[in-house]
Amino acid sequence: MDQALLIHRLHFAFTITYHYLFPQLTMGLAPLIVYLKTMALRTGDDKYSRAARFWAKVFGINFVVGVVTGIPMEFQFGTNWSHFSRFAGGVIGQTLAMEGTFAFFLESAFLGLFLYGEKKLSPKMHWFSAFMVFVGSWLSGYFIVATDAWMQHPVGYTRLADGSFQLSSFWSLVLNDWALWQYAHNMSGAVITGSFVMTAIGAYYLLSKKHADQAKLFIRTGVIAGCIFSVLQLFPTGDQQGRMVAHHQPAALAGMEGLYRTQVGAPLHIMGQPDDKNASIDNPLSVPKMLSFLTYQRWNAEVKGLDAFPKEDQPDNVPLLYFAYHIMVGLGTIFIAVMVGSVLLLWRGRLFDAKWMLWVLMLSAPFPYIANTAGWMTAEIGRQPWLVYGLLRTVQGYSTLVSAGNGLFTLIGFMGMYTVLSILFLFLLYRVIDEGPEPVEVQVRIPRDLKEAASAVKN
Amino acid sequence: MVVAYAILDGFDLGAGAIHLIVARTDAERGSVVRAIGPVWDGNEVWLLAAGGVLYFAFPQLYASSFQGFYLPLMIVLWLLMLRAIGIEFRAQSTSQVWRGFFDTTFSIASGLLAVFFGAALGNVIRGVPLGPDGYFFEALWTNWHVVPNPGILDWYTVIAGVVALVALTVHGSLYVTLKTEGDVNARAHKIVSVLWPALLAVTLISLAATLYIRPELLDNYEKVPIGFAIPVLVFGSLAAMLWYHRGGREKGAFLASCAYLAGMLGGAAFAVYPNVLPASTGPQYSLTIENTVTGSYAMHVAFVWWVFGIVIAIGYFVFLFRMFKGKVSEAGGYGH
Repeated sequence: MDQALLIHRLHFAFTITYHYLFPQLTMGLAPLIVYLKTMALRTGDDKYSRAARFWAKVFGINFVVGVVTGIPMEFQFGTNWSHFSRFAGGVIGQTLAMEGTFAFFLESAFLGLFLYGEKKLSPKMHWFSAFMVFVGSWLSGYFIVATDAWMQHPVGYTRLADGSFQLSSFWSLVLNDWALWQYAHNMSGAVITGSFVMTAIGAYYLLSKKHADQAKLFIRTGVIAGCIFSVLQLFPTGDQQGRMVAHHQPAALAGMEGLYRTQVGAPLHIMGQPDDKNASIDNPLSVPKMLSFLTYQRWNAEVKGLDAFPKEDQPDNVPLLYFAYHIMVGLGTIFIAVMVGSVLLLWRGRLFDAKWMLWVLMLSAPFPYIANTAGWMTAEIGRQPWLVYGLLRTVQGYSTLVSAGNGLFTLIGFMGMYTVLSILFLFLLYRVIDEGPEPVEVQVRIPRDLKEAASAVKN
Repeated sequence: MVVAYAILDGFDLGAGAIHLIVARTDAERGSVVRAIGPVWDGNEVWLLAAGGVLYFAFPQLYASSFQGFYLPLMIVLWLLMLRAIGIEFRAQSTSQVWRGFFDTTFSIASGLLAVFFGAALGNVIRGVPLGPDGYFFEALWTNWHVVPNPGILDWYTVIAGVVALVALTVHGSLYVTLKTEGDVNARAHKIVSVLWPALLAVTLISLAATLYIRPELLDNYEKVPIGFAIPVLVFGSLAAMLWYHRGGREKGAFLASCAYLAGMLGGAAFAVYPNVLPASTGPQYSLTIENTVTGSYAMHVAFVWWVFGIVIAIGYFVFLFRMFKGKVSEAGGYGH
């Protein structure tokens, strides 16, 4: 591979992977915060408001880092993928500009109100600002997924003589059926991250015997949401996403599953290492005929292997694709087990005393990040060697005038910058967690008139 | 939208640049940061939104200029990050030393951003070495001459950078006068008094320099004489700024500064039209509105959703600024 091409790919891969660590948490936490605010409004119980305030702090820190690391993404389309931008900007620029116009304005305006305005706003208006932050962050996610979906499964375009794409149908771009399932799968993944993090912090407090009432609320909210969305992640969203890949990107599916040869009654490889040289899986642990069934609902259906495609149309890194996909699926399965187990314990009233389970929940927090990252790697490495699937190759898209040296220089610059950012982020997050949710305020517990009580506290 | 970004983010860049001078104590600095705290990231969103519109409406322009300005754009990104780190983490740190550190980071990054934005505009006016394929790549600097092989920084773009720094510093100081009281307010007023003559001077110098390197920019004005209203607006708003400022009318002075920025940008756009990225290598290579614009269908749909979206967005901002209107005090405010 051309050295400059590799560096531009790494440049984007590194910055997007780092960036997505933050939005997945904010998008995942947003609905959980809305839930807490709703309960606070309905019950008037102060514990929900305090929980919402604590999570708003965590949200705020993540949001800032998300914004700061998000700006380079838009720039890089032009700086590092200039030819791609010239060809495809007329189409994907639409969704990116819509993200700015509809989602960012909304999100940033209401986040200001939500974080700084609790004392100025009525409880209902404050709930509303939390709700709008949720709407904004989820809209933002949709426009990004729609952009990626167009690259995975281009629709609604015409191609001009010079090779550039022009939009011909706005609604097919915005309602791309690939985007709808990918969005559902992606957002469910974000909620899994949000609920695992919420549960983990609750478990940490419970294990360290601090903030017990808040900890239990975090864990209860986290495991119930985590259980629902871990299941949704597999079915129907993951299943549908898989069928979409099988239908539109059979070469990617073959790479993900490590299926080198076209087979009738293809097996599903649970484990094993892809061996490019011998075009087979080493040390396989497979379920016979399962892949045919999962893909086409027939045990003896034929599934196309990599050998059905010319070498230049196959994903260019099959082992990485295979492992990314298997790590995602494997972790997803473990999440279901952990969360269903926790909900059962919760239902039996034993979760808060089950120390071993609290330890498991606390230590699980990093894994949804890994699973979400692996999922995106599966989608994007599976898309190779295409930038726009079937139409524009990756090698045709990068900025040819930016030398490998300049690309490497700025990649290293970003690595340094993000290291500093990580240190500051972890330090602040640690402090928020260490401080914990605010203690119970005696005045506010009198349920007579919340507003009066709140103003009494302020004075 | 670029104008909206310049005016909105302009004042927080400017406020950032004077941050260290205008506010001496920790509490004073806190009040400056609080004056821009709730609004700065919303303002920065204008940059992203404007970038997005540029991207789909003029893909060729986006592709060409972002590749050509690769190095300065990366520096701008890092500066934007440092600025965000400065302003956000300042509020979170408890130690004086760290706050001082973040204050300095914030201030320096803000000032440098103003210079880079000005230099970028200078590059567009001067023209860039576009090849026949519509692409170019510029080094950060070459021999500081504007021809034949310019860098991002040459004597002309440095002047443009200085104009931007001075103009945004004045703009930011005026915003600070609007939002603060006491010593900070007085010092911000003083900065405006000192810098106003400098602003007038650099505006005149940049005008002369522009006409020296690109005399043909006057053509549009000669063809459509109504365009001369723009320089009249620029100097009229400068005069109004001084008049309101002397009269102690902070709001009027700030609005005059907004008009000045809009006039400068509008004047530049009017002069280079129909080019969007003039070529220093010959007018036949210039990127114009016609040869970069996307298809008309896309522009039509986009126009519909854009108007719709922008009206809503302006609604949020009016609401937000009204919620946070008035002066900030040193002790608290905004429910921190």
